[in-house]
Amino acid sequence: MSAPAGTNMRDQAALASGARLSNQQIVGIAAAVLVGLSLPLFVSDYRTFQFTLVVVYAIAVLGLNILTGFNGQFSLGHSAFYALGAYTAAIMMDQWGIAYYWTLPAAGMVCLVAGFLFGLPALRLEGLYLALATFALSIATPQILKYDHFEKWTGGVQGVVITKPDAPFGLEISQDNWLYYFAFVVMILLFFCAWNLLRGRTGRAIKAIRDNPIAASAMGVNTALYKSLTFGVSALYTGVAGALGAIAIQFVAPDSFTFFLSVAILVGMVIGGIGSIPGAIFGGIVIVFIPNLAENISKAAPWAVYGALLILFMYFMPLGIWGFIRMGYARLMRRLKAS
Amino acid sequence: MQNRRTFVVTAAALAIALAYGPAGAAGKYGPGASDTEIKIGNTNPYSGPASAYGTIGKSISAYWKMVNANGGINGRKINFISQDDSYSPPKTVEKIRKLVEQEQVLFIFQSLGTPTNSAIHKYMNAKKVPHLFVATGAGKWGQPKKYPWTMGWQPAYPGEAKIYASYLLNNKPDSKVAILYQNDDYGKDYLNGFLKGLGSKAKTMVVAKEPYETADPTVEPQIIKLKASGADVFFNITTPKFAAQAIRKVHDLGWKPLHFLNNVSTSVGGVLKPAGLDKSVGLITTGYLKDPTDPQWANDADFKAWTAWMNKYYPDGDKNSSFNAYGYAVASTMHEVLKRAGDNLTRANIMKVASNLKGLKVPLLLPGITIDTSPTDFYPIECAKLQKFDGKKWALVSDVICPKR
Repeated sequence: MSAPAGTNMRDQAALASGARLSNQQIVGIAAAVLVGLSLPLFVSDYRTFQFTLVVVYAIAVLGLNILTGFNGQFSLGHSAFYALGAYTAAIMMDQWGIAYYWTLPAAGMVCLVAGFLFGLPALRLEGLYLALATFALSIATPQILKYDHFEKWTGGVQGVVITKPDAPFGLEISQDNWLYYFAFVVMILLFFCAWNLLRGRTGRAIKAIRDNPIAASAMGVNTALYKSLTFGVSALYTGVAGALGAIAIQFVAPDSFTFFLSVAILVGMVIGGIGSIPGAIFGGIVIVFIPNLAENISKAAPWAVYGALLILFMYFMPLGIWGFIRMGYARLMRRLKAS
Repeated sequence: MQNRRTFVVTAAALAIALAYGPAGAAGKYGPGASDTEIKIGNTNPYSGPASAYGTIGKSISAYWKMVNANGGINGRKINFISQDDSYSPPKTVEKIRKLVEQEQVLFIFQSLGTPTNSAIHKYMNAKKVPHLFVATGAGKWGQPKKYPWTMGWQPAYPGEAKIYASYLLNNKPDSKVAILYQNDDYGKDYLNGFLKGLGSKAKTMVVAKEPYETADPTVEPQIIKLKASGADVFFNITTPKFAAQAIRKVHDLGWKPLHFLNNVSTSVGGVLKPAGLDKSVGLITTGYLKDPTDPQWANDADFKAWTAWMNKYYPDGDKNSSFNAYGYAVASTMHEVLKRAGDNLTRANIMKVASNLKGLKVPLLLPGITIDTSPTDFYPIECAKLQKFDGKKWALVSDVICPKR
């Protein structure tokens, strides 16, 4: 056997574990980015707005994916972090007149701290119990937002209306296009950070906790710290998504962040592909377009159609859309090699 | 040469005449309007927490079906595109943008809900698309200076509160008033309207105010405090569940004030039955629509037309639901606006017609109540009648009362 040289073997291992990107993957990502950047050139402002929402939900789905897909902790409470991010952005812009781009890091930081703090007591809860605790968080959120003593900032039931930002530097593009590009760049940045976080030591620790927490702690992984931190990072992503969503919708109100939002993010994650970073983008597409598709199919019972579509997805794509694409690609390659 | 030039000139003139002639005669059109069609957009909660209101959207769709079956409006069919927003503001923004930008509707009509309409308030006015007769009672839909493209329809909460206030000023100026209110925008809209209606007398007349939170299990402690204030008038600003609790407690304590109940909680089945019909006798509220369950309208022409329409165009709708009467009446108002707009179907003209309605009578409004708007008055229905509960139904007890501005 002609074994490859040592360094080469390390390269192979890095490629296999996803720590490094293959040439094909780089080409794929470049193509996807190109498609993403050129989208607004071909569609109306309304569609661009919808794609902005896709980007926003993709970030939220990735946030939940880091927690559930990579770390094995369940959450039905991500609407709470989304709302926290959205309100942080809305209050900063409405009350203090701060520029929209500064609200993203602020929303991220607020949610990182909130997520970390929530993750600490949640350490004692596993699986279904954690799902219940986070469920409590998400059903409590709309009512807390209506709470009288916060009304000065939150606007109570009426919510907060914010102004849509114009394109800077005198660029001759519409507000919708500018916001799409802004959100798109933020998404690429966040996706890169997630990939970078998950490919190295930290990522191995996070995944080890998912696969076997006892073995992980025996290997010296500080399980408690990593779990809480993962919760924080996950909340950070969702919070940034919330802030971007608030800027795109131009309005926040308690009724925007019901428990159903948590479920939508969860559905997006599962159908997009659990434990995969590109799957999050498909998750965003699912969240925005599947309900609309269902309504187009049947006006009388859109949610029945929605349910049926979900079952079909689960049946034919048990690994999610991204898993389906990967398997299809692998099968195609094998067949090409064989012939 | 000469001949040929004459020919060319004549042909060109003819072509211009052909191209512009008929169009000029047919009318002026904004997006969504044409010789054959008027496109109207709408959002309603057909699913989600507020889906009980969805029947309003369905009854309005049924109304346009009737209009189209009768030949449309000035020869144009109504294309009513109603979308489900599940009462979720982000969804409303998405659906409304679809209707305005993709479907290119002429205007938005009767979009339902306070938070949902708040989310699109600015957008509609920035886009200069009429946002007409929105289905919510909040006071903020009538600001023609700041939001010239948005208009409500039903009596707004502050307006209703002013009606009670003007009744008190005229009939019981020396009374002492106790107020229970829900501690949110809806409750405060009523409270502030009432205090404004009383004007300078508010300080002496209002002896007690107690808020409650929607999370409170009961409002009984508040009622006990309010009774202790010695008031002889009680203004009950509550949503159905709390209204029932309050009515029962007031009766059980043996307190017999003049009891005003806000219009939000006047459902006999939903509020008064759970509270106890015998305990509800003497409650006073306002009304502006003929209630389908009220036997006094059984032989009324409007009511008969409504029943026939329900049977033909909305057979699976509930004929006891006041929502379906509401949908019919509000769609009739829109119908009249479009009729009057004639062949000038631009967005600006629709708004102009809608804001110049004088004494318009609409089917199912109580006798004497009309729709009046002006470029500075964007509250179409402001007047109402007081009605008293007689143990079985609401009976009208007053003439039309209009709040003081």
